[in-house]
Amino acid sequence: MTKMTIMGNMATALGAKLCRPHVIPAYPITPSTLFPEKISEFIANGEMDGEMIRVESEHSAMSAAIGASATGARVCTASASQGIALMHEMLFIASGMRLPIVMAVGNRALSAPINIWCDHQDTISERDVGWLQFYAEKNQEGLDLMILAFKICEDKRVLLPGMVGIDAFVLTHTVEGVDVPDQKLVDDFLPPYKPEKYLDARTPITFGSFGTPEFYQEFKYAQVKAMEESEKVIDEAFREYKKVFGRTYQKITPYRCEDADMVILTLGSMSGTARAAVDILREEGKKAGCIKMTVYRPFPGKELIDVSKNAKVIAVLDRDITPGLGGALYADVAAQFVNRTAHPVILNYILGLGGRDIVINDFKEIYDKSHQALEKGIQNPVEWINLNKEIL
Amino acid sequence: MTEEKELFACGHRACAGCSEPIAVRMILEEAGPNTIGTICTGCLEVVSTGWPETAWEIPLIHAAFENSASVASGVEVALRQLGRDDTHVIAFAGDGGTFDIGLQALSGMLERGHKILYVCLDNEAYMNTGIQRCSSTPLGTSTTTSPAGTYSIGEDRQKKPIGAICAAHCIPYTATATIAYPQDLKKKVRKALAVNGPSFLHVLVPCPTGWRFSSEETVELARLAVETGIFVLWELEGGNLQNIKVTKKPKTWRPVEDYLKQQGRYKHLFKPKKRQDVIEKIQQDVDQKLIELGITKET
Repeated sequence: MTKMTIMGNMATALGAKLCRPHVIPAYPITPSTLFPEKISEFIANGEMDGEMIRVESEHSAMSAAIGASATGARVCTASASQGIALMHEMLFIASGMRLPIVMAVGNRALSAPINIWCDHQDTISERDVGWLQFYAEKNQEGLDLMILAFKICEDKRVLLPGMVGIDAFVLTHTVEGVDVPDQKLVDDFLPPYKPEKYLDARTPITFGSFGTPEFYQEFKYAQVKAMEESEKVIDEAFREYKKVFGRTYQKITPYRCEDADMVILTLGSMSGTARAAVDILREEGKKAGCIKMTVYRPFPGKELIDVSKNAKVIAVLDRDITPGLGGALYADVAAQFVNRTAHPVILNYILGLGGRDIVINDFKEIYDKSHQALEKGIQNPVEWINLNKEIL
Repeated sequence: MTEEKELFACGHRACAGCSEPIAVRMILEEAGPNTIGTICTGCLEVVSTGWPETAWEIPLIHAAFENSASVASGVEVALRQLGRDDTHVIAFAGDGGTFDIGLQALSGMLERGHKILYVCLDNEAYMNTGIQRCSSTPLGTSTTTSPAGTYSIGEDRQKKPIGAICAAHCIPYTATATIAYPQDLKKKVRKALAVNGPSFLHVLVPCPTGWRFSSEETVELARLAVETGIFVLWELEGGNLQNIKVTKKPKTWRPVEDYLKQQGRYKHLFKPKKRQDVIEKIQQDVDQKLIELGITKET
């Protein structure tokens, strides 16, 4: 193991390097550009085998990734925001063909107005494309989750692609201490990718068939079953990772939730701020807790219910927006509880869009607002935090 | 013809008289079984890959409409990385997937220098969706989105010079071919597969459904396209268009009218009133193109 002080993009690039991908088709986009730059550098210096394809668009990046993965190669790429939106149709095709491609993402807002800073709209908007989704709180998690994503996605019970999100700038361009595991340990943890079916002249098969109404639904059902199966595979991989590398991962990580009246649900780098805010709220005698969600697809509904069912209120923080509804995570959480006879009040807070900072005071406000809703009744289940009404 | 099994098998669902399967069979006959194919969404995909069947006896991948070239790029690099680069990679696409929506991916593939043969099967409109015009549709053609009418001669733009665009990437080999001249076509496939880099083969594939001719006339239409100079068979090594070599010159060049009048897509040029002006314009364009290629009709 080597201790390095590195930016988030370097952490995901090193994570990818340790997985020995054969093919890396990539197109530069802020804030992920350092990833293809670093991979190019590793290859140029002979530190890494594998080949970059310097494609002419993100659409072609994902298309080439699909071609390479279907040929039997281990494939990774990186992108963000508009780039992922441009890949959109190909993301469905990667999962529909059951290709375990792994993508590092620097989570960034979508145009318009154009904005290069952090929110989760880019990957949250891809929640329906059939990819596993992981979100890192810090750079160490970015590195570890790349290795874990390959391990989980390539498992024969899963065979689906996965994306690992690290927050734009807050992580992609922020330097943190990261333990870089030894190559030997990663090689043992993640053996070479050996697909059973791939494009091979000795045993010709057709990928990407035409699926008529008699068959299409069954293809989709099989894909959903594989996503469900991944729940178990994720737990196994997390346990093995802990054993080999010593770091603990959980689909959701609760903090001071045991006796909490209110739990705050977060994704990504705001989770650390949430824990600090919970400590302060606790000092003030307020029974707050928080939950960090690392795995967003498959949605960890059972785990979420277990941890939060005794709370009076769940405050769901969305760094994304589904206009006309509220936050996407809010809708996901509400769906988990809707058929239970008794459940916490579920409130939604939209915050941090387009890189607006999320600070401890925001959590205090969220606590107070939620408390008020409990006492006086819910005025509006979806509230915007830190909205500057003066410029509206 | 060889004794070996067909690599594009019978049982596919192409229209009677469709020339795409004929072209694919000829190409695969030359390429052989050690080939991976990519195709784009379109007629060829619909007629040959309906699950649980496939007409393809080579490994094949269809991903989407605009990206046969970029999927093939991934296949080619993966084969090299996995030590299996003795396998040929052929990217097939229609004219829509090449001239229009796939042009960017194709340009990227050519520029990056992948060792891939890209085959454009050109039937001169979006046939799979019902005969809509494409930038491959020639002047004067009636399609469902460029219909002939009181105020319309049909398509009012020239066909995009796709071969010259590809050659301008300075790739090692560019050629045109059609199913009426199988030996010419196969020789070009052989040459294309032998070069160390990208090659582009533009194949004219007459479409009875979209061009509105009788299904037994497919090969005849393909031959007429060449004999009238509408579609010139040529090849080029490198990017200098001055070096184009015409590979098939008819003994006598026939007037374009012979080609046009056999097809329902041009019937408005003959009835109710003969549009001599449009026919002459098409003839002039062909004559000009032949002069540019250094061909005099007398030779």
